[in-house]
Amino acid sequence: MKKLTCIVCPLGCEISVYGEKDNFNVTGNGCIRGKEYAIGEMTNPVRCVTTSAKCDNGKIVSVKTQNPIPKQNCKECVEFINKVTVKTPVKIGDIILENVFGTNIIATKNIQGE
Amino acid sequence: MSNNIYDIAIIGAGVIGGMIARNLSKYDLNIAIIEKENDVAMGATKANSAIVHAGFDAKEGTLKAKLNVEGSKMMEQIAKELGVKYEKNGSMVIGFDNDDKKTLETLLERGMKNGVAGLKLIEKGEIKALEPNLSGEVKYALFAPSGAIICPYELTIAAIGNAMDNGVELKRNFLVKNIEKKDFGFEVFSSNESIKTKYIINAAGVFADEISKMAGDSSFKITPRRGEYILLDNECKNLVSHTIFKTPDKMGKGILVSPTVDKNIILGPTAEDIIDKDDKSTTTKGFEKIISLAKKYTDKVEINKSITSFCGLRAVADTDDFIINSPIDGFINVAGIDSPGLSSSPAIALYVENILKDVGFKFKEKENYNPTRKSMTYFKDASIEEKNEIIKKDKSFGKIVCRCEIVTEGEIKEAIRLNPQPYDLDGVKRRTRAQMGRCQGGFCTPYIVKLLSEELKIPYEDVTKSGKGSKINVGKTKEA
Amino acid sequence: MEKELVIIGGGPAGMSAAIKAYECGIKDILIIERDACLGGILNQCIHNGFGLHKFKEELTGPEYAYRYEKRVKELNIEVKLNTMVIDISEDKTICATNEEDGIFFINAKAIILAMGCRERPKGALNIPGDRPSGIFSAGCAQKFVNIEGYMPGKNVVILGSGDIGLIMARRMTLEGAKVHAVCELMPYSGGLARNIEQCLNDFNIPLKLSHTVVKIHGKERLEGVTIAKVDKNRKPIMETKEYIPCDTLLLSVGLIPENELTKKANILLNRITNGANVDQNRQTEKEGIFACGNVLHVHDLVDFVSEEAEIAGEGAANYINNNILKDTEINLETDGKIRYTVPQKITLKKDVKVYFRVLDIYKNVKINVYNNKNELVFSKPKAKCAPGEMECVILKKEMLSDTDALKFSIVEG
Repeated sequence: MKKLTCIVCPLGCEISVYGEKDNFNVTGNGCIRGKEYAIGEMTNPVRCVTTSAKCDNGKIVSVKTQNPIPKQNCKECVEFINKVTVKTPVKIGDIILENVFGTNIIATKNIQGE
Repeated sequence: MSNNIYDIAIIGAGVIGGMIARNLSKYDLNIAIIEKENDVAMGATKANSAIVHAGFDAKEGTLKAKLNVEGSKMMEQIAKELGVKYEKNGSMVIGFDNDDKKTLETLLERGMKNGVAGLKLIEKGEIKALEPNLSGEVKYALFAPSGAIICPYELTIAAIGNAMDNGVELKRNFLVKNIEKKDFGFEVFSSNESIKTKYIINAAGVFADEISKMAGDSSFKITPRRGEYILLDNECKNLVSHTIFKTPDKMGKGILVSPTVDKNIILGPTAEDIIDKDDKSTTTKGFEKIISLAKKYTDKVEINKSITSFCGLRAVADTDDFIINSPIDGFINVAGIDSPGLSSSPAIALYVENILKDVGFKFKEKENYNPTRKSMTYFKDASIEEKNEIIKKDKSFGKIVCRCEIVTEGEIKEAIRLNPQPYDLDGVKRRTRAQMGRCQGGFCTPYIVKLLSEELKIPYEDVTKSGKGSKINVGKTKEA
Repeated sequence: MEKELVIIGGGPAGMSAAIKAYECGIKDILIIERDACLGGILNQCIHNGFGLHKFKEELTGPEYAYRYEKRVKELNIEVKLNTMVIDISEDKTICATNEEDGIFFINAKAIILAMGCRERPKGALNIPGDRPSGIFSAGCAQKFVNIEGYMPGKNVVILGSGDIGLIMARRMTLEGAKVHAVCELMPYSGGLARNIEQCLNDFNIPLKLSHTVVKIHGKERLEGVTIAKVDKNRKPIMETKEYIPCDTLLLSVGLIPENELTKKANILLNRITNGANVDQNRQTEKEGIFACGNVLHVHDLVDFVSEEAEIAGEGAANYINNNILKDTEINLETDGKIRYTVPQKITLKKDVKVYFRVLDIYKNVKINVYNNKNELVFSKPKAKCAPGEMECVILKKEMLSDTDALKFSIVEG
């Protein structure tokens, strides 16, 4: 049995997962997404990464992974983003880096050009 | 400039060095102030009670008594000339029992001998009328209407700024390592530079004994006395309107509870003799002592309204009095200036001038000497019409940077441009009060870092809190 | 200048209130924002987790703010940026300043206070020791990192486990800093459980409960801190002292509603929330002055801020249209275990959602509400309540009759 704190929403349910592979029994979850999260944590834990990237005008722009990526790749993902220089202007949703650990990095803020 | 020989080098840019420099700047002299820190007013001047004592405290016949009473009388005029806030709020020494009453009577007598005007002993009813928040246990008080409050670093910044406007040079980050006697006077060395001077005035605060020793006089010793303080939010400004002291007894002088000119309440100091002349750390013991003592004066004191606490070091001489003399030709000590040093400072400056005259120094008045310094623009205190005038002249006065103390961008830029320029965040704080309010810079620090970087033309990451190694940021993100 | 509705603060609360008031028919609205852009503190909260309730998706702070900003622009609601309100009077005259207009006055029919909150500073803690650089509130460090793009330090200790502190632990780690520990004075964290999981546990950052910083070391830049465990009375146990070398101390020790202006309007503040007391419309004791968001009480989720602001926006619109209905006056009281409720007063018999916070961690309890005859009118079981998490219950119209007070209590079982 493994105890987890659900991070899907602010409620932070305390979830217990019994069993193993293909046959998990999840209790304590408040919703279906909690169950998905718990099974994910047991098989392939994923996280959404949020950070910032340099812009060509000296400013920085906040960015995020469009979809969650494997948890163990979070730091490496940030290192990739740190090497990028984003061309301004940039708008929310613009892709600033493609296909990083299976997803895109997108801007989460509008930054005007100089 | 290495061949330049100053007429006078003043070591130490505290209130004493500053007031001496400002007084001497009216003469046609080549003067330098040497300061080891990144700004002026960084020693005892930065952290003390901010009180202009009436002068009943010092034993009659001492230099302290004489200079305190004289200095206290001069302060209001000097504050006016320098555009510095000064408030004659009056002080009160409170007593709880008959022993205290006897002591108060002695103080009254001493004060009258020292020439303090308006002193009187008052009792319960009158005390309550003057200070309704004081504890009911307070039975007697010595009331001194000439007691006043002033901001010691504001005064020092203005005095040195005024001296600089009149031609005095300020050398910062110059830690005196050695002094050599020369035929022209002295050469004063730091680890990487030196200056030549005919005269030295030693106003080095807690380090004055070391400077004196370098010049060849080891006749006294300075012990740093720690004093911790707590500052309360200006929400508490109505706690007391006078400066409240306790009757000194076997347990010491106690602490004071006083308003400041900036509408905070100051509590402190503790008193503890120490060895380390740089130890300005605060302690749990100190907080607890201040709190328990303040509560005896008034149970209305709200300690959870404290916005900061700090510690200052007073320079206590082993002679029990100010040491102002010239033990060596051309070298003048102004040492052991603990309380009432701030109050005495204008008189000390004149006293030093007289010593110079006595040793045959020739003074020639400067033609274009200007004793006044333009007051800083205090946006918060201005009327609506004045505010609009100020903004019309410079729109950056319409932008409020520090929301707690209502300090505008214009004021910060003005402070950065005036003598002596602040080179760091604390310097801006002491000049404008930005970052000094209840959020303690939480919101405005990044913006002030930007203003300092732009105005001083230094990289953003080189801005410091207080000079030397006290950088705010260690570098850009993404570049680690 | 005359305005029907002036909203002070262009963060999530102010924008949401403006939009709702507009939708309720008020077109003459002005939002006053002290910063150079709308969005308030959300602009520096670049992490995700915002909007799950409102938009059923996880947004970052700037994205959440932008949704509202876009709507404010679409509706052509007037906004004054870089403008600071310096005074409000009881008769709803606002005095503000900016670079272009100088000092100017606005007479408003209604005002919504939406100034947000600020962080509790170090001075309030009086940590003994030196006063070097390298000590920041977590939010200040967040601004340096996320807005300015500078690193305040490389070796970090965090005091206080509020959400901003937890978020910054992860943020600083991702930017290459080493976060050595998060110390929390209380035996539990004030932050959300999910943030402890994803910001600390994911990066093996230790959370030291019942610990505090007892001394600050370093004369120029911070060189280290001494931490110690605290006893039941929150007094440090000196035998447990431990020195941690670090160049940065972040403080995340709580938020305080920023009510300087509220006080200027002579509105009394609630001693627990540090905000005004309000009715179910979020109207303060002064008619026509409303308050919402973190200036009223500190929220843990922006979604609830937006929700509350909509109530205030609608309330203000009704007030302007002389349409505030009132048929009762019920004071909401608490037993101490429940620290406070918002609203504190109900003036209309209709269903009302009441938010509250608890004093301590309670497990397997009931939230009971009693009328002035001590009769139970509402009861709801709760597996767990924690001070860090705001709770709410919905009181039905029928529970609101024949009483002038309702008392909120926590009982066993």
